[in-house]
Amino acid sequence: MSADTTTPAKVPPPRQAPPPPLLDAPPGKRPSSGAGTPWLLLAPCLGILALVLGYPLVRLVTLSFQEFGQSQLWGFKQAESVGFDNFTKVLGDSEFWAVVVRTIVFAAGCVIFTMVAGMLIALLLQRVSGWVKILVNIALVASWGMPIIVATTVFKWLFDADYGILNALLSKLPGVEMIGHNWFASGPQGLAVIMLLVVWGAVPFVVITLSAGLTQVPKEMEEAARLDGAGAWGVFRYVTLPILKPIIVMLTTLSVIWDMGVFPQVFVMRNGHPEAEFQLLTTYSYDRAFVVNDYAQGSAIALLTVVLLLGVVAVYMRQMLKIGDVE
Amino acid sequence: MSTIATSGRSGGKIAASGRGRRKSGRLGWNLLGLLVFVTAGFPVYWMLNTAFKPAADAIDPDPSLLPTALTLSNFGRALDIADFWGPVGRSLIVSLAVVVIGMAVGLLAALAISRFAFRGRKIVIVGILAVQMVPLVAMIIPVFLLLNDLGQYDRLTGLIITYLTFILPFTVWTLRGFIVNIPKELEEAAMVDGCSRTGAFVRVVFPLLAPGMVATSVYGFIQAWNEYLYALMLLSQKNQTATVWLGNFTTKHGTEYAPMMAGSTMMAVPIVVLFLLVQRKMAAGLTAGAVKG
Repeated sequence: MSADTTTPAKVPPPRQAPPPPLLDAPPGKRPSSGAGTPWLLLAPCLGILALVLGYPLVRLVTLSFQEFGQSQLWGFKQAESVGFDNFTKVLGDSEFWAVVVRTIVFAAGCVIFTMVAGMLIALLLQRVSGWVKILVNIALVASWGMPIIVATTVFKWLFDADYGILNALLSKLPGVEMIGHNWFASGPQGLAVIMLLVVWGAVPFVVITLSAGLTQVPKEMEEAARLDGAGAWGVFRYVTLPILKPIIVMLTTLSVIWDMGVFPQVFVMRNGHPEAEFQLLTTYSYDRAFVVNDYAQGSAIALLTVVLLLGVVAVYMRQMLKIGDVE
Repeated sequence: MSTIATSGRSGGKIAASGRGRRKSGRLGWNLLGLLVFVTAGFPVYWMLNTAFKPAADAIDPDPSLLPTALTLSNFGRALDIADFWGPVGRSLIVSLAVVVIGMAVGLLAALAISRFAFRGRKIVIVGILAVQMVPLVAMIIPVFLLLNDLGQYDRLTGLIITYLTFILPFTVWTLRGFIVNIPKELEEAAMVDGCSRTGAFVRVVFPLLAPGMVATSVYGFIQAWNEYLYALMLLSQKNQTATVWLGNFTTKHGTEYAPMMAGSTMMAVPIVVLFLLVQRKMAAGLTAGAVKG
């Protein structure tokens, strides 16, 4: 390159050039920061995840195809492969199917109540005065921030048979005598209380996320719809809902995943020994592994739970990747 | 804050355009809002109420909804029932270690997936997202066996390693969200002015990222602090953490509710305060760009 050709050309290029250095540096200039750097940065993270998540995940799969009980745990016997035995045993057990149905009904109830209540409260917050909104936000954030174990403990106290405040309040209603009523005597009623606990803890996240989304709904569009004769429901159905759809999909899938994985609430509420009527897939798998000491069957049940969730996870991931693409 | 401010403004617009018709409607909405406030807040209120009232009043068959006498004796009893500071210390060690390791390792990974274009980037992102979706409960059996094999059962180090499974993907994903919100042009400008790439990061990106990092750390800390199942399964009674400690109030002879609520209060108040501090920033980070999609 001679001096007289570069001088006129040299000034403009840097103006347009700045962006490249970050993403694709010129090949000869900085070979070290080429393909290797990102992988170097990722290495510790991927390494840890492979050890604490990858390996156990593989082990979960292999375990479910083995015989693995107390004697294998202590090393008296080698774990032997038994093919699909664990799965046939689990799938052939009518109790398993009862647990599956119960888990799905429970999770569906949690998700529906959470989303509906969350949406209603988010819409309500748009219509109340500022001070009411602040009060509601404080209550929501406080209940969101409560550790699950503490929340469960508090609900146990609220619903206590003899001294629980709920029974005392209900008994004040004319003709209702609830003192001494044990909410956990029957599975459905007890699970309803646990559902309430889950919903109470999950609604704040939904409300706050949806409220943030609602502020992004253009007021002009709502007004335009109203001018065209849409009622409150019409505006919601044809303007608000479509705009919020990505958030709603994300929240719903997340809720499904979380509510299918409910464990401590049931476990602590039943003092560490959930009765048969209270078993959900998570506690059932735990029970098989650590109470019956059949680790292989427990793993098979856990694996079936994961498989059951795969469809939901796929929807969630698509949504998240769409968001990722925008940036 | 931004949520409140913006919707408050839009609410004002409606009121201005609707005038009197809206005003009467608002009273009804406010009452409904207060109902939500009371319902959502009641469990927290009742926890505090029970914690500070004399234990005898707590088992009154006709309990008073308002505070009766104020006492701290339940807290004393809660501290007596089982060692409190040991479990709290262990929870602190575990949570802090998890956050420090998670942030150091997670930040590098977040940088890699947000600031570099490389083959396989998308697979890594999908992987990290997917990993977050694995229900932790499903992993307890193999993790238990793994730690058993490694001789890490009943050791805090074992619990720390385990907690990284859920802190790390979360940290990477959230930090990524904060990093992509920092304009690349700032870094580029610094590099044009002669900074090295590392220099540009340390002097330009890092200061801007600091608030996001603090929020992510606090949030991760809370998650680690609150974890129950693994703490219960991987540590013996003598090494229990704070969440497991709360189970000590229920014995064969029944449950001591008033001290239990005092214990709950001691567990919850610091966490709720921490949570209040970072909640807004996290909510913004989690859903950044969600509407655009």
